[in-house]
Amino acid sequence: MSRKILLEHDDVPGIETFDVYRKHGGYRSVEKALKTMSPQNVVEEVQKSGLRGRGGAGFPTGMKWSFLAKPEGVPRYLLCNADESEPGTFKDRYLMEKIPHRLIEGMIVSSYALGANTSYIYIRGEYMWILDILEKAIAEAYANGFLGKNILGSGFDLDLRVAPGGGAYICGEETALIESLEGKRGNPRLKPPFPAVKGLWGCPTVVNNVESIAAVVPIVNDGGDEYAKIGLGKSTGTKLISASGNLVRPGVYEIEMGITVEEFIYGDQYCRGIANNKKLKACIPGGSSVPILPAHLVTKTAEGTDRLMTYESLAEGGFASGSMLGSGGFIVFDEDQCIVRNTWTFARFYAHESCGQCSPCREGTGWMEKVLNRLEHGQGTLEDIDLLAEINKKIEGNTICPLGDAAAWPVAAAIRHFREEFEWHVTHPEESQKRNYGLVLPKSTLV
Amino acid sequence: MSLKIIHQERQEFSAERMAEVQALIAQYPEGKHKSALMRILHMAEEDFGGWLSVETMNYVAEILNIQAIEVYEVATFYTMFNLEPTGKYVFEVCRTGPCMLVGSDNIIAYLEEKLEVKMGGTTADGMFTLKTAECLGACGYGPMLQCGKQYHEHLTKDRIDEIIASYRSGVVPKEIAR
Repeated sequence: MSRKILLEHDDVPGIETFDVYRKHGGYRSVEKALKTMSPQNVVEEVQKSGLRGRGGAGFPTGMKWSFLAKPEGVPRYLLCNADESEPGTFKDRYLMEKIPHRLIEGMIVSSYALGANTSYIYIRGEYMWILDILEKAIAEAYANGFLGKNILGSGFDLDLRVAPGGGAYICGEETALIESLEGKRGNPRLKPPFPAVKGLWGCPTVVNNVESIAAVVPIVNDGGDEYAKIGLGKSTGTKLISASGNLVRPGVYEIEMGITVEEFIYGDQYCRGIANNKKLKACIPGGSSVPILPAHLVTKTAEGTDRLMTYESLAEGGFASGSMLGSGGFIVFDEDQCIVRNTWTFARFYAHESCGQCSPCREGTGWMEKVLNRLEHGQGTLEDIDLLAEINKKIEGNTICPLGDAAAWPVAAAIRHFREEFEWHVTHPEESQKRNYGLVLPKSTLV
Repeated sequence: MSLKIIHQERQEFSAERMAEVQALIAQYPEGKHKSALMRILHMAEEDFGGWLSVETMNYVAEILNIQAIEVYEVATFYTMFNLEPTGKYVFEVCRTGPCMLVGSDNIIAYLEEKLEVKMGGTTADGMFTLKTAECLGACGYGPMLQCGKQYHEHLTKDRIDEIIASYRSGVVPKEIAR
């Protein structure tokens, strides 16, 4: 069921060049849209496709587009969010590195749909070499008449630019991204007004993830209805999954949504199982912000049904026994890994990345990091475990943007499912220091 | 990060680089040229020794015709900008969850031992600065480190030896194609 739509031809030598990409059917969607469809037609196809935002939130892309305000005489902007920074996620990088024209093609068609004449790709500063790849590809697109004035004689003009960030996770949040693109600190804005009304330079703006924009290409080529046939239920289409951790074959995979988690972890086409013949201890299926699942809830739900790679199935059981598809950052832990240590690294990440604007997040993420640091290094107390839950409650829902929630949820989930391992660090301070590993769970709880 | 006042003799962009900077500024609508700030800071860092002195930031403020404080607040917010001198090559080793799961702790320890300097420090010969970094988006290819525009992935002790030897001889090591 491995199905390449976004990554089609990623193995063709030279696919990063305009000529090879074009020879393999590239830029057909631009021809189709600009010559035979109105902008509204393109929006309708995206609505029909059921495409959901691939950056992590899963909000329907067509609906997001329909919110865009269109006041007379005011420019509108499409911004591509290439600030991929969620730990465990490296899919957009793969797509941009391998097939930069796929993103550019998607940007042209999407900009046409939204009536944007200048669009920006905001890319994380660390991906500077990909910025070079994109700019080279953009220059080729200009040279071939797919960017610039009067594209393909349609009367539609588009300038496409790339702007780098400077190493701030928060700029993946859309209003922080806009602030950053305006040359400011990446402090998220209060909403409303939403970017669809007041975004870049106060103008109506849509911010979409790289993968969402790339998905517009097959949607326009084949039609929204055809796209919606791929996948399962409301999880339409394919999804790029970034697989990392203790796997035989980590990497980026394009999957048709609806395959089982079991097939994804153990299947020959995918990750081929846990590395070094070890057993599965836990998995974070959607990037560091989503709840961790212990082995018995990874491949099966609490009800005992097969867990599937869909938005719905991964969330089944709510926070008690489920998780989220999120960005598709699929992190796998083998039996030797320490959950406390991992949770600490994530807490440290969020403390490092909090923009500092809201006190509950700025202070809370720092406290969580300190307490987890203590626990991990055998200096914690049993009360510390409850203290973490307390701090969590004070962050959750009390901040301008979701970074605070993103920091709080994984800690809560780790304690919910692996409390005995946190306690073990308190009761076995010396042993927890001798090695990197956490509590080795009884074999029966491993898969 | 707070702003440390470290001075450096004022330097200016070459005529060629200045043309690049002006072209960049011209990409933005009238009055929105501040959007070019971050990219110009990256360029300044590249051209002026790998870090941003107060003099450099003031110079960038002049180019963009904005207040110096507007540059300082951006330079101190984004962690990629170095506000003090570094070694010739800066190794930023990712240590977040996914890299930790595949052994970044060992890589950090080995680098510190091999280069005889702790994370955050610079080798006595000024060649290497070691730093830890939070997730760099290479989770499936860890452990890894970034040096300038180069990602070095699938690190092992042997690979680190090769990379260091290569930089010492002035050659940016090639990465294995995926």
